[in-house]
Amino acid sequence: MSGLLSKHGMILVLLALCAFFSAVTYREQSPTGAAAGRDLASAISKEFQGTPQVLIVARDLPEDAAFAAELEKAIRAAGGQVVATVKGEPRDAREAILKLVAVGTKIDFVAGTQTTSEWLVFENLAADFPTLGDPKVITPRSYFWPNFLKADNLLNIANQIAVIAIVAIGMTMVIITGGIDLSVGSLIALSAVLATRFIRDAGGAENASPMGMTLACLAATAVCGLIGSFSSLMITRFAVPPFIVTLAMMLVCSGLAFTLSSGQSIYQLPESFVWLGRGADLGLPNAVVLMLVLYAIADVLMSRTQLGRYLYAVGGNREAARLAGVPVERILMFAYIACAVLAALGGVIMASQLRSGSPTYGNMYELYVIAAVVVGGASLSGGEGHMFGTLTGAFTIAVIQNGMNLTNIESYTQKVVLGLVILAAVLFEKMRHR
Amino acid sequence: MNEVMPGNAHALAPLLAMRGMVKSFPGVQALRGVDLTLNAGEVLALLGENGAGKSTLIKLLGGAHPADAGSITVDGREVDLRSPKAAREAGIAVIHQEFNLVGGLTASQNMFLGQETARAGFLDQRQERRRAAELFQRLGVEMDLDLPCNRLSTAQQQLVEIAKALVFQTKILVMDEPTAALTLQETQRLFVIINDLRRDGIGIIYISHRFDEIFEISDRVIVLRDGANVSEHAISEVSRSRLIEQMVGRELKNEFPSRSVSIGQPRLEVKNLSRGRAVQDVGFTVRGGEIVALTGLVGSGRTETARLIFGADRRDSGEIQLDGRRLEIRNPRQAIAAGIGLLTEDRKLQGLVLGASVRDNFSLPNLARLSWVGFVRKRVEREEFAGYVDQLKIRIPHQEQRARNLSGGNQQKVVLAKWLARNCEVLIFDEPTRGVDVGAKYEIYELMNQLAARGKAILMISSDLPEVLGMADRILVMREGRLTGEITDLSQVTQEQIMQYAVA
Repeated sequence: MSGLLSKHGMILVLLALCAFFSAVTYREQSPTGAAAGRDLASAISKEFQGTPQVLIVARDLPEDAAFAAELEKAIRAAGGQVVATVKGEPRDAREAILKLVAVGTKIDFVAGTQTTSEWLVFENLAADFPTLGDPKVITPRSYFWPNFLKADNLLNIANQIAVIAIVAIGMTMVIITGGIDLSVGSLIALSAVLATRFIRDAGGAENASPMGMTLACLAATAVCGLIGSFSSLMITRFAVPPFIVTLAMMLVCSGLAFTLSSGQSIYQLPESFVWLGRGADLGLPNAVVLMLVLYAIADVLMSRTQLGRYLYAVGGNREAARLAGVPVERILMFAYIACAVLAALGGVIMASQLRSGSPTYGNMYELYVIAAVVVGGASLSGGEGHMFGTLTGAFTIAVIQNGMNLTNIESYTQKVVLGLVILAAVLFEKMRHR
Repeated sequence: MNEVMPGNAHALAPLLAMRGMVKSFPGVQALRGVDLTLNAGEVLALLGENGAGKSTLIKLLGGAHPADAGSITVDGREVDLRSPKAAREAGIAVIHQEFNLVGGLTASQNMFLGQETARAGFLDQRQERRRAAELFQRLGVEMDLDLPCNRLSTAQQQLVEIAKALVFQTKILVMDEPTAALTLQETQRLFVIINDLRRDGIGIIYISHRFDEIFEISDRVIVLRDGANVSEHAISEVSRSRLIEQMVGRELKNEFPSRSVSIGQPRLEVKNLSRGRAVQDVGFTVRGGEIVALTGLVGSGRTETARLIFGADRRDSGEIQLDGRRLEIRNPRQAIAAGIGLLTEDRKLQGLVLGASVRDNFSLPNLARLSWVGFVRKRVEREEFAGYVDQLKIRIPHQEQRARNLSGGNQQKVVLAKWLARNCEVLIFDEPTRGVDVGAKYEIYELMNQLAARGKAILMISSDLPEVLGMADRILVMREGRLTGEITDLSQVTQEQIMQYAVA
């Protein structure tokens, strides 16, 4: 554990940031959902001996629906009676009450969420409708918890950073070899445009089959892989500096993306196209699952395989690696092609998340990706860096952005803060290693 | 400028006097109390083997390193040369073998670098060009002041260096192997310039391995050996053979392990190997069980020859055979696959990935064998390396130790381990014991003997003549890219004889 910490000091920074944002978003939480429903049902049966008559009031929202359904089930199971369930506005609640009054039903409890229980209708229930008896308005117990640490928010962070984190895997490899790839942002756009165009023009647009969509995405990825191999050829055979090659390809790919899409968004896509970006088959969003799987693979590749060793060796001392028989050119080509392919995958995920393909996707992403890698402890001079560090770096950036959104810091200020935090994080690492 | 001291104005004090100069680097005592005096208008040749302390001495003069002890006086005044700037202010200019010119700047920009003539914050380039033109005129050469220096020939760059030295009030000019890259004609022109400078009263320290030049240009010669003065002569009173004797005159002690030699069939055969001027038509054979030493002065093409055999550089022509089979070698990977290993001269730049662990370095050429479908078998790797750590007595706290933090001897052993694990048939050792302490040296020699005893062919490049005589079964000598001597009968040979082949 201490070894892990000393190797990945950024974890500390990330945890500190999480703690900070947890503290500043510490708020009273009104629970909803199924758990809150069960909780409330048991509170009712504790408070009332016999058969309680309960009116359930919820809004017309998915989480409220779950709350109402669970509550109803639990009350019935405990021997209570649900006289009515309202799902909607205060107006709907009033109508339901008037109906109950008309048939002369008595109620013991009005069970609602924090929000619905504060509706004006319920303020003087006993006085307004004497025939109802003396109903008590009851809500699930509220508790204090940081908005930042709510499960939804954490998943949101992971989902938002998935694209950058996946592209950062490839960038980490490239940076470990002592190179850089500035074209990833444009490749995201190109891949998104290509994939959506293939679906629209060849896959049957809105009626595309899953197979058709898969092939379209693979084709887009393959094209980007070819572009990556072209860059790597320039870098190895013709010895053009990576910065220049990928800067050129950044312009080329961005231009191609705009040309191929005529500058428009492509949105003739089937509903099911969002599966990759928005679906959550395993409890976690699919994009996040994919990200975690890719990181696991990349970590094994870097730390346990011959290829990984060679990547480090080429970046650590290219000449020594060459003289030890490392096929330096092939290793470099692998890194740049992998980086391009992962950027393409990032583009596909982004298109899926937004259910459209646009040439403006991925704008400036290369900088966020590089920032994630560098914050994660990789050295731009090569030979050093870890996948786990990069993942930490990506999350650090995501947490800062998310935290500032939660605390209502405007987006211009966010950029300033993000820039300074990246600098501070890298400085912190340098100091620790001194 | 040009207020150069008229010859011998300060007749009493010498222009430069260094007394008892001592300097040590970690593990090496480079200077053990060297004295040197230089008079105005004199050319003093500084002579010594590689590692005798010449470079260290001129680094002290140039302010590149501070001395541990000793005093330096210029014109009788004590100076403290703690920085290059201090040296310049004392009137000392050093022209290193590798030029210190900024390739993209012109001659005049280079000459005034860090010393620009400015008027109200703006560079006065016209003034600088005028002064540069004056200086080149004084040197009697034409120079294109508009070309960036990297477009100039080596000889022209040399002249820019000299002109740069003259911009300052230079009284003492140190030239380290100034003719190494010059043609005969260019050398002659340089001598004309040196003679002019001498007439102007400038004292010149001239370092060269070329005896012909030393006899032609210098007035006096100082011989260094092992960081100490050996002798000092007026050039007219000494012979070439005597100087060589004094350069190498170290007695052989029992620093080499003995072994029984059994030499087998030819294994490595090299024919007509050439690359530009660096290596010209080199051919030789190394037999199984034989240690062949390849020696010569620094820059004679030994390392370049090794790199050609190993595929590290592209050869213009030549053929390499192993056990009578012709090898296709176009890169190190193919050489290694064929069974050739190269322990490079420069461990830090070429032998090791310094930021990586010693174990990773060990495994690098052996990963294919240590892996299973691409996955490194870490336990096998760890155990195998541990075996070599024991066998070679590598002193490391743990296998994850970064290579950067090891001593020279231990670094060399790690490099050795990685090639031993490769089980190469031909091993080329380039300066295997440079920067290695005495104890580790002996261990490395023993290991070379063991390898030879197992029938391997060993080519050892070394500048250390006692090492060459102590280890080799046969000696090859190179000079200026060519093989100039082969000594097969080692019972009679002396260091002087080897040196005769090595110098022009």
